[in-house]
Amino acid sequence: MDSGYIAQQLVNGLILGSMYALVAIGFSMIYGIVRLINFAHGDIVMIGAFATLAFIETVGLPFPLVALCVFLTCCGVGIVIERVSFRPMRGAPQVTGFIASLGISIMLQNIGILTLSAQPRNFSFPGYMQTILHLGSVSFRIIDLVIFLTAIVLMVTLVLLVKKTKLGIAMRATAENIDVARLMGININHTIMATFAIGSGLAGIAGLMWGGKFGQIDPLMGYVPGLKSFVAAVIGGVGSIPGAILGGFILGLAEVLFVGLLPPIYSSYRDAFVFGTLIVILIILPNGLLGKDLEDRA
Amino acid sequence: MEMNRPRYSLAIMIISLTVFSFLIENMANDYILAIVCFTGINIVLAVSLNLTNGFTGLFSLGHPAFMAVGGYITALLTFPAEKKPLFLPDFPQWLDSFHLPFFPALLVGGCGAAFVAFLVGISVLRLKGHYLAVATMGFIIIIQVLLNNADTITRGPLGLNGLEDFTNTYWVSGWVIVTVYICWKIKFSSLGRSMLAVREDEMAANALGVNLFSTRSFALIVGAFFAGIAGGLWGHLITALTPGSFSLLMSFNIIVMVVVGGTGSITGSVLAAIIFTLTIECFRPLEENFGIYGVGEIVMALFLVLVLIFKPSGIFGTEEPDFVMGKHKP
Amino acid sequence: MLTVENIDVHRGKTHVLHQIDLHVGHGEIIALIGANGAGKTTTLKTISGLLRPTKGKILYTPEAGKAPIDISTMAPEQIVGAGISQCPEGRGVFAQLSVKENLLVGAYLRSDKEIEKDIQSVYEMFPILGERSTQAAGKLSGGQQMMLALGRSLMSQPKLLILDEPSLGLAPLIIETIFAMLQKINSQGVTILIVEQNAVMALDLSHRAYVLETGRVALSGLSSDLASNPQIQKSYLGVE
Ligand SMILES: Nc1ncnc2c1ncn2[C@@H]1O[C@H](COP(=O)(O)OP(=O)(O)OP(=O)(O)O)[C@@H](O)[C@H]1O
Ligand SMILES: [Mg+2]
Repeated sequence: MDSGYIAQQLVNGLILGSMYALVAIGFSMIYGIVRLINFAHGDIVMIGAFATLAFIETVGLPFPLVALCVFLTCCGVGIVIERVSFRPMRGAPQVTGFIASLGISIMLQNIGILTLSAQPRNFSFPGYMQTILHLGSVSFRIIDLVIFLTAIVLMVTLVLLVKKTKLGIAMRATAENIDVARLMGININHTIMATFAIGSGLAGIAGLMWGGKFGQIDPLMGYVPGLKSFVAAVIGGVGSIPGAILGGFILGLAEVLFVGLLPPIYSSYRDAFVFGTLIVILIILPNGLLGKDLEDRA
Repeated sequence: MEMNRPRYSLAIMIISLTVFSFLIENMANDYILAIVCFTGINIVLAVSLNLTNGFTGLFSLGHPAFMAVGGYITALLTFPAEKKPLFLPDFPQWLDSFHLPFFPALLVGGCGAAFVAFLVGISVLRLKGHYLAVATMGFIIIIQVLLNNADTITRGPLGLNGLEDFTNTYWVSGWVIVTVYICWKIKFSSLGRSMLAVREDEMAANALGVNLFSTRSFALIVGAFFAGIAGGLWGHLITALTPGSFSLLMSFNIIVMVVVGGTGSITGSVLAAIIFTLTIECFRPLEENFGIYGVGEIVMALFLVLVLIFKPSGIFGTEEPDFVMGKHKP
Repeated sequence: MLTVENIDVHRGKTHVLHQIDLHVGHGEIIALIGANGAGKTTTLKTISGLLRPTKGKILYTPEAGKAPIDISTMAPEQIVGAGISQCPEGRGVFAQLSVKENLLVGAYLRSDKEIEKDIQSVYEMFPILGERSTQAAGKLSGGQQMMLALGRSLMSQPKLLILDEPSLGLAPLIIETIFAMLQKINSQGVTILIVEQNAVMALDLSHRAYVLETGRVALSGLSSDLASNPQIQKSYLGVE
């Protein structure tokens, strides 16, 4: 096993990790503001992937416009889900929202199966995206580079938005204390809606990337990235955006290295490894790496 | 003399289930029989998950994992020796000598599931609310991965098939009665009251000397035992087991029954299990005839979300309704 | 300025407030005192729109001579917008936000150019806040957090300032600073409604006061009269 091989694995891990991170950010933001583990978040990835297909093939938009449309579509989906199902449950025990999100997830998947059939569809970006680049002993496709750079740009934008803008400050204030935020004149319905919109939009972009990287999409495809991003969010500390980013990259790298460096017979244990990690972290490090002590989890 | 309505209700349930099983085994066709058995198995699952989740306020999604453990153990213990060379050529020899008839095999399966629940409980029961839910969900996936990889005894993703079709309405009715009876007894015992106390207010329960951890472990273990039994019944009903069947979707279906019936209400779980199994079975031919796959799940999920919005405690809450209890509640 | 008319409030299944009547005139300082659990916080939360009365009205007249508006059905952010600002029980500073961000949240509904200037005047009022403006508010001491909470409430330029137990858990010296500040704020034309456990100080500061007992107004009157009322002296002022 030479250093070139390891470098290649690291690059693969970073690319996978950047997609996990994008989804994990939304998970974490939504959790942070309404203490909801939104299981349906992964299915937004699926909606993003199908929206991409629709905008490319049926509408025929150019690529950057496609990304924008996918983002906005998924923002809309996030807003609708929040408005019709989570808002009426606000104030109920946390588990209630979680079960509901499980229900919404099943609903979205099956609406996908009903309207689009369960058959996987091919998903292809323009040929130049598939060109392979070499950098020393490491090789990757242009699409991989685009995924990674787009993810980084989005993350930086988001961090700045949350750090610097009025909306961002309001989001953080609401996340910390919803009643006091209201006493300060913040319309928490708007802040929460914005959080769902932004989180879902990012997940939609991750769907676009997921399709572009793996070449196939289907109505159940959101399950795995959804779960794994949740694990990533927990590793980083649910509620913390930098934590979600860090957790996404750690998980992506750990997963790729687990498969790439251990003997092949272990690679089919990959998912058990991921969820074993989840359980261990929940127990020994409930606030994750960067999470704040918002409440007790154990 | 005061009437003991629950006891009458139980007697009526036993007699009518016996008569019903007898009639239906002799008169109905295989399709109807299968639906009846599925309904019964779902009752066992819903009532036992209700014991775990409803009485103590735990929230476990792990039922399918316990079903898988029970199902595989039962299937391997009853697997006909003459079929083994064909289906399981690499089956470890030392395991060959364990062969049991259906009933003891079921019990061993149930105990196996209970033992796994004991181990799981030690590790995750300290987590709260939705974090526990997520950890148990991870546990489903871990069990699936393990089953997929232990192919010398499970045949991996292919699954075990060619199981004997032992399960019939007598077995299922019997287990429905046992499950309902035991969960009922637990609910109305002093232990049950301490469980409900844990659910209502952890701190207060702790202060009253209720041991949170052991009460919860007990609820998880007993629930898992019946899930294991249900897994064994299920495997020997459809005569096959695959790791993929014990999925989050299955967990979701059981959760829907418990939540809609009322977390904590045994009657609610029983009725919800009956209604949901029949609804899903009604949708199946519809889905196949019109090619509209997924409608059943959509309807169920929609129903769940509506119940959570408009009546979060479910149809019966934690109560048992008057038609079972009579006017005087214990 | 504010007239609470015959309100009933329920929390969950508990009927907490029974036919509460309060009146706050323009420019007044009104104290609301009562034992733990009497319903003081509930009253304030209802005025601010966090809780809804099941009966009764809350009439608010931002400027003398104008027609009153019923705020009992308005959302909290609309109520803040109308000029009522509440500094909540336990201060409720946003611990993970910086001092300056806390002040900015206080000015959330404003979009004028004066915000930065008002932040500076809060810093002048409490210089320690200026020194720590970039620090997380959670790192401030209890007294400093109270200063921040008060400054934050002022950032919305309220006409009516409501405070819920500002003295809670603070050293006497700081309490005096805060109360002196309240006096000054009032002299600049801001009406004040204050809930206090510390009845001596509250009656000393206020013009009039209401005494709440188990969700009902038990007594009301000029603060000086209440301070010399034997019953009040016994129950709230610790005079034997
Ligand atoms: N979230 C709640 N749900 C139900 N009842 C509540 C809630 N909060 C307070 N109560 C009840 O309302 C009553 C009044 O409480 P409130 O907080 O208004 O009292 P208070 O006068 O502010 O007391 P304190 O001096 O301790 O702050 C109490 O009996 C309390 O038990
Ligand atoms: Mg109070």
